[in-house]
Amino acid sequence: MPLAHAASTVPVVVNDDLCIADKGCTVCVEVCPLDVLRITDLLDGRKTAHMKYDECWYCMPCEADCPTGAVTVNIPYLLK
Amino acid sequence: MSDEILDGITQIDCDVLVIGGGTAGPMAALKAKRKNPKANVVLLDKANVKRSGAISMGMDGLNNSVIPGYATPEQYTKEITIANDGICDQAAVYRYAEECYPIIQELDSFGIRFQKDNNGEYDVKKVHHIGTYVLPMPNGDTVKKALYRQLRKSRINIINRYMATRLLTTEERVAGAICVNTRTAEFLVVRAKSVIMSMGAAGRLGLPSSGYLYGTYENASNSGEGYAMSYHAGAALANLECYQINPLIKDYNGPACAYVAGPLGGYTANAGGERFIECDYWSGQMMQEFHDELQSGNGPVYLKLNHLAEETVSEIERVLHIVERPTRGHFHAGRGTDYRKDMIEMHISEIGFCSGHSASGVYVDENARTTIPGLYAAGDMANVPHNYMLGAFTNGAIAGEDALDFSADVDFAEIDKDAIEAERARVLAPTKRTDGIPPNQIEYKTRRFVNDYLQPPKVTAKMQLAQQRFEEVRDDMENHMYVRDSHELMRSLEASSILDCADMAASASLYRTESRWGLYHNRVEYQRDDENWFCHTLLTKGEDGKPTSRKEPVKPYIVEIADDEKDAYNKQRVKATATAE
Repeated sequence: MPLAHAASTVPVVVNDDLCIADKGCTVCVEVCPLDVLRITDLLDGRKTAHMKYDECWYCMPCEADCPTGAVTVNIPYLLK
Repeated sequence: MSDEILDGITQIDCDVLVIGGGTAGPMAALKAKRKNPKANVVLLDKANVKRSGAISMGMDGLNNSVIPGYATPEQYTKEITIANDGICDQAAVYRYAEECYPIIQELDSFGIRFQKDNNGEYDVKKVHHIGTYVLPMPNGDTVKKALYRQLRKSRINIINRYMATRLLTTEERVAGAICVNTRTAEFLVVRAKSVIMSMGAAGRLGLPSSGYLYGTYENASNSGEGYAMSYHAGAALANLECYQINPLIKDYNGPACAYVAGPLGGYTANAGGERFIECDYWSGQMMQEFHDELQSGNGPVYLKLNHLAEETVSEIERVLHIVERPTRGHFHAGRGTDYRKDMIEMHISEIGFCSGHSASGVYVDENARTTIPGLYAAGDMANVPHNYMLGAFTNGAIAGEDALDFSADVDFAEIDKDAIEAERARVLAPTKRTDGIPPNQIEYKTRRFVNDYLQPPKVTAKMQLAQQRFEEVRDDMENHMYVRDSHELMRSLEASSILDCADMAASASLYRTESRWGLYHNRVEYQRDDENWFCHTLLTKGEDGKPTSRKEPVKPYIVEIADDEKDAYNKQRVKATATAE
């Protein structure tokens, strides 16, 4: 049986304009204890970090260690 | 494509393998390496050592520092013995208490500062029932960075994003570990002369009341692999029925931090704003009172700060919003909660295993040795009760030095090739199917049953039902679980650890037919029974592949406890006359 996709709003938000994934930065992806962030291509060809898996402990290393302040950790909707 | 499943296996050798780079692990690795700089010390983590573990974002202070002039090892050992309801091998606690002060000084030398008063003395606060042990850390947000610098300086071989799945053993001792890359699914076999496990609590066991799988009290990456791996390797686990349950900010599920607020005048209150427990130190007895108040007409329960002066509240806010769980600030802002005006609603956490706060862990002695030669455990997963962060550092240090000595005297043990092949087959089975049940559903169902049937107060028939349900989920997991990439493969392995822990929690709780440790092991059909149950319970993997338990005597006390001191932690409730005033 095929798997269904269930939509969920994710807590970690990345500002594409500030993210420097294009320059090879992967700091947020590296520090995440739950390994939920990945780098992806934007429509205009640039790269950005994004939250690929909704498995967040809202702990904040991604936000604290981002060199450009591009990452914001919000509280997951189910508990906010 | 990222997270693709690749086929591959590599083998490396080392003198000391440390699994888990949170708190105890880095200290263990450092101490082993410093004892013999020529030794090959590997520190492995399924996340990244820079930010892994319970103190990923730092810590607000030491909860259990034994500092000359403020407390003695005798006093601390007595306090923890009483707080843990008498079931305590004091040698490990006493050794911790003796050796933690030099560790504080060493952490200080790493650049982690501790609060001092105007005279330059450590500014230790009283939170416990009897003694004074709480030492604030003004720059506690820097702990992981400071540790990481030391690891790099000492040339520890760090391997990130590899998850250990099983230990390798011989008849006599530990031989190494099998690990899998969390982003490629490639295998790594580590042959090691000694292995230190510092893999944290089993924090993803109960389901938080929010229903969000990762909204746990513990770092959600601490999913109990240390417990599961020890179990499958044949090591003994102690007192698993003494669950970890903590008082937390409701929904946010992080600590409200009475340890920070308490010394500054904050306290736990009921809906009427009245104090109902005398001591905010986390113990099973305190949690029982907390639970009773929640269930009573006086509930819910709150952290009360709104009676404090502005500068005091600002200071509490400053600390709570930069360390340990800094998103606390976002949470309160989102709900418009202001510490100055509002009390903060609290609740009790989901259950877990954690010796750092209670006493459920892998059985170890005062040298951090498990029941398998060459295999060590330290930190939240090792059963030195109420050990907290400083315990992880101190007992991690003890493990590191002892493991290095063990490695110096032995050669590599033989690696069982069949065991490796069997483990590869087990791990990869969900990748060989074309459809089935995803790991998140296996995990959710397990944890929902943990809440339904294992959460105290504990009832025999409910726990037996849990065992039936777990067996059904296990059948689904072993025969129908389906993963599509290496990230999901990591989650499937975590689901397996979680189910193992759930089985152990049910089995251990059924075995001890008395009530002890307040709420942690409140079995409603049984009273406390010192005559038959003043002992540890040790759980191992039985011949039938299921958990089995036995009694182990508590070792004779080093520090005697007078009869009139034994009940100190059982008298938590504020006297009725006092609350009526």
